[in-house]
Amino acid sequence: MLFEALTLQLGYNATLVAVGAALLGIAAGAAGTFLFLRKRALVSDAISHSTLPGVGLAFLAMAVLGGDGRHLAGLLAGAALTSGLGLLAMHWLTRKTRLAEDAAIGAVLSVFFGFGVVLLTVIQTVSIGRPAGLTDFLLGATAGMLYHDAVLIAVAGALAVVAVWALRRPMTLVAFDAGFAAAAGINVRRVDLAVMGLVMAVTIIGLKVVGLVLIVALLIIPPVAARFWSERSDRVVGIAGVFGGLSGFVGAAISATAPALPTGPIIVLTAFGLFVVSLLFAPGRGLLVGWLRHRRQQRRIHMRQGLLAIAQDLPIYERYTLNLLVGAGLARPDGVPTELGHKRAAKACRDEARWAVARRMHSHEATVSRYDGLRPIEAVLTQDEIREIDRQIAGTDGEGCA
Amino acid sequence: MNWRLPFFRGGDATAASAASVAELSDKPLAVRGLTVAYGQKPAVFSLDMTVEDGSMTAIIGPNGAGKSTTLKAVLGIVPRLSGVVTVYGQPLARSRERIAYVPQRASIDWDFPTRVIDVVLMGLVRELGLLRPVNAAHRQRAFGCLDRVGMRDFADRQIGQLSGGQQQRVFLARALAQGADLYLLDEPFAGVDAATERAIIDVLKALRAEGRTVVAVHHDLSTVRDYFDRVMMINVHKVAEGPVDEAFTEDNLQKAYGGRLAANLMDQLQLGGH
Repeated sequence: MLFEALTLQLGYNATLVAVGAALLGIAAGAAGTFLFLRKRALVSDAISHSTLPGVGLAFLAMAVLGGDGRHLAGLLAGAALTSGLGLLAMHWLTRKTRLAEDAAIGAVLSVFFGFGVVLLTVIQTVSIGRPAGLTDFLLGATAGMLYHDAVLIAVAGALAVVAVWALRRPMTLVAFDAGFAAAAGINVRRVDLAVMGLVMAVTIIGLKVVGLVLIVALLIIPPVAARFWSERSDRVVGIAGVFGGLSGFVGAAISATAPALPTGPIIVLTAFGLFVVSLLFAPGRGLLVGWLRHRRQQRRIHMRQGLLAIAQDLPIYERYTLNLLVGAGLARPDGVPTELGHKRAAKACRDEARWAVARRMHSHEATVSRYDGLRPIEAVLTQDEIREIDRQIAGTDGEGCA
Repeated sequence: MNWRLPFFRGGDATAASAASVAELSDKPLAVRGLTVAYGQKPAVFSLDMTVEDGSMTAIIGPNGAGKSTTLKAVLGIVPRLSGVVTVYGQPLARSRERIAYVPQRASIDWDFPTRVIDVVLMGLVRELGLLRPVNAAHRQRAFGCLDRVGMRDFADRQIGQLSGGQQQRVFLARALAQGADLYLLDEPFAGVDAATERAIIDVLKALRAEGRTVVAVHHDLSTVRDYFDRVMMINVHKVAEGPVDEAFTEDNLQKAYGGRLAANLMDQLQLGGH
C-alpha cells in the first residue's frame, strides 16, 4: 500500500494530491530559505497562526450566505485576509514602536490564534453549516480531498515556485547585505514584503495539506537542513526546495494510505529525518565529517610537532604524540627516534623553513592562507617555486626550524 | 514595460525635485541642508557638502558625529528629514549607476552561504536585473575586479574563511564591479592590517588617477594627509570643508573633537594652516 502510494499508483486524486504537496514543499523550502537567511524564521509562525480566525470568519460568512461553508478557495481567502492583517500588525509594531520583532511575533501569534480558537468553538456550538473538517486546518489532512482542491494547491504551489525563482536575486542581496542593496537602488522594504508575501502564500496554500500549526516546520527545516550541504546560497535554495518537495510528497503519500494519520506531522517528521541525515552526514558542515576532519587534523599536528621535536632534539612530552610516532615506525616506545624518524624529521624541518619563506612572499597569499603546516609543500607549490624559496633560504643562514 | 520597476528604484524622479536641484552644481556629489534624526536627536543637522570631481575626500569627526549616517542618507539607506542630494547634477534616482558603495564590514553576517565571486557579482545587480543570467563576460569582469584587489585566487572561498582585510578587499572589488564614477566607502580601513590598507589605498588612488571620485569615512587622523586631498570635518554640524592644507587645521580639529585631542597628537599630524 505504501509502495503504491509512493509510486503514484493509488489513483488519480491521490496522485494529484501528492504532486500538489510536493510542489508546495518545493515552494516552502525555497521561500523559507530567504526567510532563514534574512534571520526572520519565526515570522512564518506568526503568519501561519493568524490564518485561523480567517478560516473561521470565512466559514461563518459562507454558511450565513447559505451553503455548507466548506468551499476551500473561500476558506483560504479568509485565511489570507487575517494572516495579511497579522503581517501588517507585526510590521507596524516593529516599525512604529520600540518593540523588537520577536516580541511582536509573540503578541500577534497568540492573539490571532486565540481569536481563531474562540471562533471555531463558537462555530461548533451554533451548529451552522457543516463544520466537520474545519479542524483539519490545524494539522492538515489530504484524505478525501476534492479534485479541484488538489488542482488549486498544485497550481498555486507551482506559481509560488516560479515567483521565488524570479525574485531570487534581490532577495539574496537583501538577506546578505541590506545596506548595499539599498545603495544599489533596490527597494529593501518591498523585497522584504515580497518574501513575507511568498511565505504567506505558501502558508495559505499549505493550510489544507500541512495545517497551520506545522507549516512553519516545512518553511524552516528544509533550509536549515540544506545549509549543511552547501556554502552557496543558490544551491541552498535548490537543496531546500528538493528537501521540502520530498517531505511534502512522502507525507501526502503516506497520509493517503492511512487516512487516520494527519498529513502535517508526517511531512514534518520526513523533513526532520532529512535534517538529521544532513546534520550528521553532510560533507562540509556535517557533524560526522567535521569530527573526522578534526581527528585527522589533530593527528597530523601531533605528528608534525613530534617530528619537529625530533629534529631539534627535544623530548616528546605528550603520550599521544609518542604513540603516533611509534605507530608510524618513527620512534621507539622509549622516545628514541628511529633512522626513518630522523630522516622524516629533517624533511619536516626543511618544509617548515620553506613555509616560513613562502609566507613572506606576497605572491603566494592564496596558497599560504591554506597553509596548515602539515601538508607536504610539494603538494601545494610547484618545483620552480620551491627552488626559488630554497634559493632564498640559502641566501640567509637559514637552518629552518632549529 | 519595465519589469524591474517594482524592486529597483530609479527613473521616477518627480518634477519638483528636478527643479530644485537644477540650481545645484553638476559636481559628483552635492548635499544641501541634509538633516537626519534617529528618534528625537539629530544625527546630522543641516549639512552642506560639495565633493569635487576627481578628488579624494575624507569625512572625519568623532564617534557619533554622523559620518556613516551622512553616507547612508546620501544613498537613501536611511531616510532624511530634510535636504537635497544631487549626484553629477541629477537626483539620486537618476544616478544610481554612477555610485558605488562599500558598507562597514561589521554589518555583515560572514557565515552567509556565499563565495567571494558571488559577492563581487552582486555589484552587477542593476545590470543583471531580475532574470538575466550571469554569462562568461560578467564573470570575466568580476575576476578582473578581484585581480585589482589581489583576491583572484580566493574566488571560490566562502567569505567567512577570509581574514578581515581580505573581506574588505572583496567588498572593494564588488564596488569596482559596479563600474561607478563616485565611490563612497564607510571606514574602509577599520580593522585591517597594514598590507591591506596599502592595497586598498593603491586601488583608490588608481581610481582617482582614472578621473573617478572617492569619498571615505575615515578614522585615522595620522593618515589623512597622506591619503586624501580634501577633508570634510563634521560633528553633527559641518565643522570645515576644503583642501587638506586649508581645512585640516588644529583649530578645526579642536572644534570637531571638542578639545579631546591630546596636544602631542596635534604635533604629529603636521597640520596645515600655520
